[in-house]
Amino acid sequence: MPQTLYDKLMSAHKVLEQEGSTLIYIDRQLIHEVTSPQAFEGLSLAGRKIWRKQANLAVPDHNVPTTERSSGVSSIIDPISRLQVETLDKNCESFDIQEIQMNDIRQGIVHVIGPEQGATLPGMSIVCGDSHTTTHGALGALAFGIGTSEVEHVLATGCLWQNKAKNMKIEINGELAKNVSAKDLALYVIGKIGTAGGTGFAIEFCGNTIENMSIEGRMTLCNMSIEAGAKVGLVSVDDKTIDYVKGRPFAPTGDTWESALKYWQTLHSDSESHFDESILIDANAIKPQVTWGTSPEMVVDINGSTPDPKLEKDEIKAESIRNALKYIHLEPNTLMSTVAIDKVFIGSCTNSRIEDLRAAASVAKGKKIAKNIKLALVVPGSGLVKKQAEEEGLDQIFIDAGFEWREPGCSMCLAMNADKLEAGERCASTSNRNFEGRQGQGSFTHLVSPKIAAATAIAGRFSGVSS
Amino acid sequence: MKNFTSMSSIAMPLDRANIDTDAIIPKQFLKSIKRSGFGPNLFDEWRYLDHGEPGMDNSKRPINPGFVLNDTKYSGAQILLTRRNFGCGSSREHAPWALEDYGFRAIIAPSFADIFYNNCFKNGILPITLSSEIVDSLFNYSGQISIDLSQQIVKTNNHSYNFEVDPERKRRLLNGLDDIGLTLQNETEIRSFEKEHFAKFPWL
Repeated sequence: MPQTLYDKLMSAHKVLEQEGSTLIYIDRQLIHEVTSPQAFEGLSLAGRKIWRKQANLAVPDHNVPTTERSSGVSSIIDPISRLQVETLDKNCESFDIQEIQMNDIRQGIVHVIGPEQGATLPGMSIVCGDSHTTTHGALGALAFGIGTSEVEHVLATGCLWQNKAKNMKIEINGELAKNVSAKDLALYVIGKIGTAGGTGFAIEFCGNTIENMSIEGRMTLCNMSIEAGAKVGLVSVDDKTIDYVKGRPFAPTGDTWESALKYWQTLHSDSESHFDESILIDANAIKPQVTWGTSPEMVVDINGSTPDPKLEKDEIKAESIRNALKYIHLEPNTLMSTVAIDKVFIGSCTNSRIEDLRAAASVAKGKKIAKNIKLALVVPGSGLVKKQAEEEGLDQIFIDAGFEWREPGCSMCLAMNADKLEAGERCASTSNRNFEGRQGQGSFTHLVSPKIAAATAIAGRFSGVSS
Repeated sequence: MKNFTSMSSIAMPLDRANIDTDAIIPKQFLKSIKRSGFGPNLFDEWRYLDHGEPGMDNSKRPINPGFVLNDTKYSGAQILLTRRNFGCGSSREHAPWALEDYGFRAIIAPSFADIFYNNCFKNGILPITLSSEIVDSLFNYSGQISIDLSQQIVKTNNHSYNFEVDPERKRRLLNGLDDIGLTLQNETEIRSFEKEHFAKFPWL
């Protein structure tokens, strides 16, 4: 029977089935400091061992400072943030788990370093106590976010119980316009299907737009699948995937590489395979996007306006629009291009890879950020991305334009470290969530692509890229 | 794991769709390395008028009288009644930890986000999916609601509604079974799968 890519990955990892639940084997668990301490504690209390140490790779990212931190963990000023990073270090040492520590050049956001190190490989089953684990599906891996109880379960058993998801195909054809990126596509899709549109589904992205998209672009797209409610986002393996993986530190070499290659080339949905739902998207129609509200589905073209709740027939939706506009201090029918902003954040597991930084730098080059911008941050996704950017001179472009060039981490995406918005501040952010208070209590987040973030920093209000 | 068999309580109506886990428990409280003590910070930004930080004496903070959690009519409610896509966003298990710590044992909504839904079962909380129409009618009902997991029934004074739950999750929740202990009973199967898996995929 023809199988979808998701079905193939599930069956390749199936240990056993019980009353509709499948016990799947986990090849890789990525660990960070926020969702793991209670899992390690549970393991210790029960006197349990780690099932397979080599399956795990840890890195601190959420709490780490992005300012000068050469003195290591002691440079984390907030004592509870520091304790959380110290706890990760201690747990990795006592359980003998490989950890990339804060001042290692390879340190970075867990979803950036996994693929970068080749710790994410096509066909793997990958979990992490973080919803944006969907990112790794861009390489044809079965990857999804889990809670802390499940982190502990994977540590102790090497496996996880899963209920099989339904299959959804999102086929995207056509050419994205010059200043339209994978991020705009992701926001556009979420705007179309809603934040619960993918609930219960594994989404596979396909079509010639995806075939022509870089691996980093595919990561951005899969990263945002969870914002459409889908626990899994996937792209099939092609030559781009193989080229991306080749030569990375954790990737196989020699004969093993050859046999891996043979297997990886089978990682695509069979023609005729059944999808429970299919959606067709025309890439040519997509313009740069900006969110206006407090959910990623509340999104319009950069030239668009906030909606009018009076025109919404569904009362629950109308109420959501009213709530969102009230929270975010915008009136109905406001042109987004008239909305001034206070801060800009370029970074996060969605948009902090080298191509994202190149895109933003291409817009910022030779320009200055507007006077009303209090802070414009560029936070690379990893130490290696930072190094690469510096070798290309991107850091200097940003600094000359008035941006701050920082150390890698999750930073202002969720503001667990010192990078946050104050109440009433408005931010153009390349991150993934614009929920109330996400970047700081009482603050306003608008999600955009790296190019739009840079253009907005220069204009001081939401703006497309000027020609 | 905590078990869940049956219960009876009034429901606290939280009339909002798409409530995300950032709203349920804001990020600053995720810095804790413990599993308990999140209840006083459940819905922190909606519940209090000031900015909350870990370590604050929450009993001295100004409360938002307009937020349902502060309405004494609903104090002691162990059922949360809410709208579609509850628990979307971040995978943080701190969200069900906070709900459980506050005293909620069941949540009724037209739909839940996948990761949150799964996390509830690990913490003795029963998430119940009922149709939007039934949820609407429950929003207009203020009496006791009883829930029986083994029968899969939600009862008000006048009505009785059946709900669906995956049989394996139900069995584990009813009996408060330890997931890890259960899985480890399959150690032989896991070992033999593993052996074959690595023979087939030696690069893993």
